[in-house]
Amino acid sequence: MNKLVVSPSPHDENYVKTSVIMLNVIIALVPAFVMSAYYFGWRSIMLTAVCIVSCVAFEFICRKLMKRDQTIGDLSAVVTGLILAMNLPVTLPPWIAIIGSFVAIVITKQLFGGIGQNFANPAITARIVLMVSFPSAMTNWVYPFWYQNPTDAVSGATPLVVNSTEQYSYLDLFIGKCGGCLGETCAAALLAGGIYLMIKKIINPAAPVAFIGTLALLSAVSGGDPLYQILSGGVFLGAFFMATDYATTPISTKGKVVFGIGCGIITFVIRSFGSYPEGVSFSILLMNILTPYIEQLTRNKVFGAKEAVKNEK
Amino acid sequence: MKKLNGLKLKHRKNTQDSATIDFPLPEKVIIPMSMHMGVPCSPLVKLKDTVKVGQKIGDCDAPFSVPVHSGVSGTVTAITDYRNAMGTVCKAVEITTDGKQEVSEEVKPPVITDKESFIKAVRESGACGLGGAGFPTHIKLNPKTPIDTIIINAAECEPYITADYREMMEYPDDIIGGINYIKNILNIPKAILAIEANKPEAIKNFTKMAENDDTIDIFTLPSCYPQGAEKVIIHNSTGRIVMEGQLPSDVGVIVINVSTVAFLYRYVQTGMPLVTRRLTVDGNAVGEPKNIRTVTGTPFVSLLEYCKTNMENVKKIIAGGPMMGMSIPDPNMPVVKTSNALLAIKSYDDRKTSSCIRCGRCVAVCPLGLMPAEIEKAYKIKNIEELKELKVMLCMNCGSCTYVCPANRKLAESNQLAKALIPRK
Repeated sequence: MNKLVVSPSPHDENYVKTSVIMLNVIIALVPAFVMSAYYFGWRSIMLTAVCIVSCVAFEFICRKLMKRDQTIGDLSAVVTGLILAMNLPVTLPPWIAIIGSFVAIVITKQLFGGIGQNFANPAITARIVLMVSFPSAMTNWVYPFWYQNPTDAVSGATPLVVNSTEQYSYLDLFIGKCGGCLGETCAAALLAGGIYLMIKKIINPAAPVAFIGTLALLSAVSGGDPLYQILSGGVFLGAFFMATDYATTPISTKGKVVFGIGCGIITFVIRSFGSYPEGVSFSILLMNILTPYIEQLTRNKVFGAKEAVKNEK
Repeated sequence: MKKLNGLKLKHRKNTQDSATIDFPLPEKVIIPMSMHMGVPCSPLVKLKDTVKVGQKIGDCDAPFSVPVHSGVSGTVTAITDYRNAMGTVCKAVEITTDGKQEVSEEVKPPVITDKESFIKAVRESGACGLGGAGFPTHIKLNPKTPIDTIIINAAECEPYITADYREMMEYPDDIIGGINYIKNILNIPKAILAIEANKPEAIKNFTKMAENDDTIDIFTLPSCYPQGAEKVIIHNSTGRIVMEGQLPSDVGVIVINVSTVAFLYRYVQTGMPLVTRRLTVDGNAVGEPKNIRTVTGTPFVSLLEYCKTNMENVKKIIAGGPMMGMSIPDPNMPVVKTSNALLAIKSYDDRKTSSCIRCGRCVAVCPLGLMPAEIEKAYKIKNIEELKELKVMLCMNCGSCTYVCPANRKLAESNQLAKALIPRK
């Protein structure tokens, strides 16, 4: 007879583990990755591989140096690498991508304690650091299928910096036939991934819906083109994959709505009045910083709890 | 009305069609003096005394306690100290059975004329909540405030357990009879028999039985865990909210387990106290899962062997359901009044806990809207003010948060530990 195990209840468990969640996020990003390879060629595959491998390597080294439990098995570093790659232009030299991985994993994630402890989204922070440090390399856009005709494939403007006369059609934006970062151009692929995550109950629709809705509403009110605004730039990538990051966004649904609305407003303000054409990354980072405060203000009301009686002294 | 949320669990009601089997009389029974919530009893018998079926063998002067009876006839062969699954130590009476099962002369139908005599009789029956918590029934049925509704809890929301379901299928007349009896004697205008949607047969039968009685409502609870929790069942079936610090009776409600009701009905007819109970024996180490009726004091191990369990394979034995039951250290521990299930499990979860990823699943699943991840953080730094603000005292330990946690964190456990930090008034 074995020695019986005694442990507190519950004795049953479900099988959605951290690695399963991360695996689902990776699956959800596959369409965007495939489309990036289709539009931007082998270099996009190479850049994605560099980001994933370097992120996992940095995570491994960090945990080793800090003498902590190894966490590469939870696949979160793979997700970070993949999302980071989706945020880079295809022409970026690999060594810059590796710096990005360093910023994401070492500085943003591990120095704050690893998975779940970081206050800012690693991939977003890396993108912003690279954007500020290597402005020309990070905005060296090319048109889709540039690899078929390398000689004249330079400086494909993103949908947000083209003149109003050269605007892309909605269809082109939806299927991603436009300039931009690897994974952000194809709205259809991102939407498919986002819907997959919602069906799998990995993400809560509150933040992406609030984000995209607010941006559309504001651009409609200000006389812009709401559909063009939400289909272009990093809105779908940001809304579905970065504004839904567990660690850096509020837990309660109410909080997620506030977070999404905030992202929408900041993106709109930067796009309309800022000197950067794109504001999605900044909006998410700024809202990441506000998350603890949103959290405090949007706590769940506990069923049957009496309102706290303030001590009057 | 918004229903409280919950968890979709695999029902695993493997034994729902297994009719109750009477377990052969064990050679020896060990009857603890505390099988209920409240003060333990003191033994009324001495070593070598002969006892008969239904004889009272333990009692206590404290009002929050219920007496203990023997379910067997035989001789007292030991009175020992016994540590129950909760860790409480009390006396236990060991009786070696003589096989005659002679019924004690104490066993006769109680004389009940009014509420007082009924409550007294309920206490003498040794009744406590058969759903698992073991709250003394005579206290529950005697509240200080007026009651307009009695809810019969037939949710049986935990996986595996079908003990209450079998009561409903096998003794529906006792249940309806018991409901009417309690309603009349306590002058309660309305009864709600609340059954979880995963028991359509029972819902159909009782709906038919109560067709012409508009004082009994058959209410279908959504099929999600934990519908049987007191606050949840009250809210979902009446819309009333039991506030912090309140009892169900403060909102005019009594919640009582369905098997307890049927037992009380039989008791007022026969006078046989609570000495047997039905329990579901199941789990992945059990060869032939069954519903078994046996006397209290029967060692768990004999039930497991009866159900073709290879004890070599058993890693964990759970008294109760997989969500709120207690894992026990010793298979020789006895069946008590509150044992609604006995599960023997081959494997157990020994994965390491990893970091909280703040996914919010624990928050989404808590039926009361607590934030277990935040409570855990506050508990670790022993921030008592924060714990109070997070209302940890309301946690009923349903285990849903631990169940869903992808990082395998023992959130329900830290909730209970956190409660202990808060000084009682």
